Amino acid sequence: MAEENSTDTDSHFRRITIIWLVLSVVLDLLYWFLVGPHVPPGRMTSTARADQFDFNVLFVVALPVLIGIWEFMLYSVFTWRSKRAGVPEPVGGPTAAGNKRAEVSWIVITSVVVLLLAAFGTVSVITGKGSGGGEVPNPLWSPSGSVKAETAALAGTGTWAPNTNAVLPVQVIGQQWKWTYRYPTFGGFESSQLILPDNTNIEFNVTSLDVIHSFWAYQLEVKADANPEENNVAFTKTEQLGSFVVRCSELCGIWHGAMFNYGKVVSQTAFMTWATQTEAANATNTEDLPIFAWTYVPDANGAAGGYYPDGKLTPYSSDEVYGSKQPGS
Amino acid sequence: MSMGGRLAGVLGLFLVAVGLVVWGVATLITPGVSGGLVNFTHTQAAGQPVNLTVETVGSIGYGAHPTWVSYLTKDPHTGKYVHETSWELPANTVVDMTVYQYDSGSPLRNQQWGQVEGTIGDDATLNGKDFTTYDSNTGTGVGHTFAIPALNLIVPLVGVGGNNICGMAPCLPSAFPHNTETFSFKTPGPGTYNWQCFVPCALGYLFGNGGAMSTQGYMGGELEVVS
Repeated sequence: MAEENSTDTDSHFRRITIIWLVLSVVLDLLYWFLVGPHVPPGRMTSTARADQFDFNVLFVVALPVLIGIWEFMLYSVFTWRSKRAGVPEPVGGPTAAGNKRAEVSWIVITSVVVLLLAAFGTVSVITGKGSGGGEVPNPLWSPSGSVKAETAALAGTGTWAPNTNAVLPVQVIGQQWKWTYRYPTFGGFESSQLILPDNTNIEFNVTSLDVIHSFWAYQLEVKADANPEENNVAFTKTEQLGSFVVRCSELCGIWHGAMFNYGKVVSQTAFMTWATQTEAANATNTEDLPIFAWTYVPDANGAAGGYYPDGKLTPYSSDEVYGSKQPGS
Repeated sequence: MSMGGRLAGVLGLFLVAVGLVVWGVATLITPGVSGGLVNFTHTQAAGQPVNLTVETVGSIGYGAHPTWVSYLTKDPHTGKYVHETSWELPANTVVDMTVYQYDSGSPLRNQQWGQVEGTIGDDATLNGKDFTTYDSNTGTGVGHTFAIPALNLIVPLVGVGGNNICGMAPCLPSAFPHNTETFSFKTPGPGTYNWQCFVPCALGYLFGNGGAMSTQGYMGGELEVVS
């Protein structure tokens, strides 16, 4: 009788395993090739592509676990249901405990899966230069040339041209309830439009002039909180032409829901044309803007007054003082 | 007291508490009460520009918040200013806008708002003179802006100087110093679009953006664009 039970158990285990294996392979392959390429945020930037890949990897790892649980549940319901003639009632309680093989297998398999995914995620964040997330003023991971670009931007000597592989710094300024963008390598002009060149490393310097906002361009897979008097740095590399939407993802007041705009990734040549034309068109107003700085602080008039550079001098430094905070003070 | 009575009492108190919470939250998130729309479509000849006149005043002088800064709209039917900031406008139509600005000014939080954008010609007139940008750090500064974010439209409204600032709407041009600004824009397709001031002019509120800046009917409103 015991041998028959053991044989039955092995038979059930084999059957469950084969069904699980076939279903997992088929559904994982269907997902990977049919669904995966269409999963948000798409592939407009390096971080978007990498995050789509990461999500798909997580999904194909998780799907077999889900299939295993559902399959076992359904198999049990149909195979060992109590009304089936000749099938003994399931045994529970203390007599069912103590299957060390099952316990050890469960602990080992789940531990290995979790640790591997943790390592995978860590590597993805590092190789993705922060994966498009805000890395505060002192990013641990940054693309080559970013510090040089930032230093030049602050000194007013930054340049960018097509086919130079240079990093393009873009300042994102949040204020109730609109985003504006400054381009320090083009005279520091400010615009309501976010236009980016294709195939270029972009360094977003995100800050706020009032309350906390959050810069979220999900097709770019960039998301960074915009905090007043803080410079939150995020990186990505554009890889596809197209339009994207920028939203505020931090509840910031009555018009929070209207705080969005559309941006574009255009060819490097088209970007150069747009940037130089806008720099010229906005030249008068650019002269009236505060000198480009990582963050801006209010003058003595507080909320009703103008904003001025706060004096953070070097890239990623929150300490060094840049001249006086206000012109003429 | 019986068990039933006690349960009824607890349930009653619970419902009262829930009601108070719902009322409190609803009060907090309701952006003021706007009386309605000023209609610019009834007398509108097809294809002709709409003439829309508004004024800004440093304190409206009456109503629930007499000290609050506000816009007022000139009703095209009566010719009188009304405390309404939402307008029904025809789609794809040029709007010729006139703003009488009676409030004082200050430097802009973001001087980018000093640049005229999104109007026809990307310009406006200030007391009859064409301009494309205004340095808010000079002169009398900028009092308010008229902005329709969805259209990327923004026009700085230059502040007035002196002590004789109008504090009771409607203000008469002959009695108080003011700036007159004109500009034109084209309405988009049918839909609802918000417009607002970007100057944090609600003194006494966090970052100047509470109070009148966060209440419909004062420093913001809606364009109900109809076909």
